[in-house]
Amino acid sequence: MAEKHSPLEQFIIKPLIPLKAGGLDLSFTNSAAFMAIAVVVITLVMIVGMRRPALVPSRMQSIAELGYLFVANMLRDTVGSEGRRYFPFIFTLFMFVLGGNMLGMIPYGFTYTSHIIVTFTMAAIIFIGVTLIGLVKHGLRFFAFFLPPGTPLWMAPLAVVIEIISYFSRPISLSVRLFANMLAGHSLMKVFAGFIISLGVFGFVPFLAVFALTGLELLIAFLQAYVFTVLTCLYLNDALHLH
Amino acid sequence: MSDNGEKSDLASFDGRLKQAREQALDPLNKPGHKKNAQMSGIGLAFRVSIELISAVAVGGGFGWLLDGWLGTRPWLMLVFILLGGAAGMLNVYRISSGNGYAAGYVKEEPDAEDRAGGDQGNQ
Repeated sequence: MAEKHSPLEQFIIKPLIPLKAGGLDLSFTNSAAFMAIAVVVITLVMIVGMRRPALVPSRMQSIAELGYLFVANMLRDTVGSEGRRYFPFIFTLFMFVLGGNMLGMIPYGFTYTSHIIVTFTMAAIIFIGVTLIGLVKHGLRFFAFFLPPGTPLWMAPLAVVIEIISYFSRPISLSVRLFANMLAGHSLMKVFAGFIISLGVFGFVPFLAVFALTGLELLIAFLQAYVFTVLTCLYLNDALHLH
Repeated sequence: MSDNGEKSDLASFDGRLKQAREQALDPLNKPGHKKNAQMSGIGLAFRVSIELISAVAVGGGFGWLLDGWLGTRPWLMLVFILLGGAAGMLNVYRISSGNGYAAGYVKEEPDAEDRAGGDQGNQ
């Protein structure tokens, strides 16, 4: 049993505290546990980092300040000053996704962002929220979003349908991108790691590959958190400033 | 000498402070899209493929739901898969035409003017 390690075994959801309520499986799983760990770690970094703010920051304070500045600049660059109101949400989102990706890099860790239901739930919340913001801010003018300016009127039925499909493909592409990157990267690492033992003396070749892949995965973990957040900012920008 | 150096330090600090303030206050100042353009080639390839596939999937899903509603089982789905492909290409075109991730319709410079006008209209 222990010999048959599948590269996909790391993604199996295991209930830690079984809990059934009204026909629903509400067990506290390893996925939920790592989400809770991520929230606790992020909160601790922020609280400890800013407990004694100094002019010359300590390491923890640097992390907290860098995170804040990174998200604040991203939001300002993509949405402008109107986006400031949404900073808490964007910051939480970035930290949660980054936390999930980074916790997955720890051996025996679980990557909750490698499950499409997690990323899709986040994307769906963002999609609905952004659409509501656009509707509240612009009212019925929001629907002009689906008709590109300068479209001939006889083309409108076709263009509107295509625009609506394009709009609804946003949460899908947003969630699939994060999930696929995490799933592919982590399985690839496991596959290469499996070769190390089976190749015997030549195992150093896949070992070097895994060594390099770990660095690449760290980069991707950060980059995908950035991409997820920056796309959210751009969707927010679209809703706030209709073209 | 040292007094002089201090003064020029202060002047350059003033300049930087002013620049930082302007950057913070000006909502139209958005170098963000340029940063996105520097993404690696493989990142771009991944993005394009996912945009294409997700649009086709959404189109097919819409068609399937409409079919179930109107009782025209295979036909609307076929039409909507094609429309989804068109939407996917539209998404890819927007990525490649310098709009970055944004699903906007206008390029960067006219966009800024457009937005300034639109903001005034809204207020």
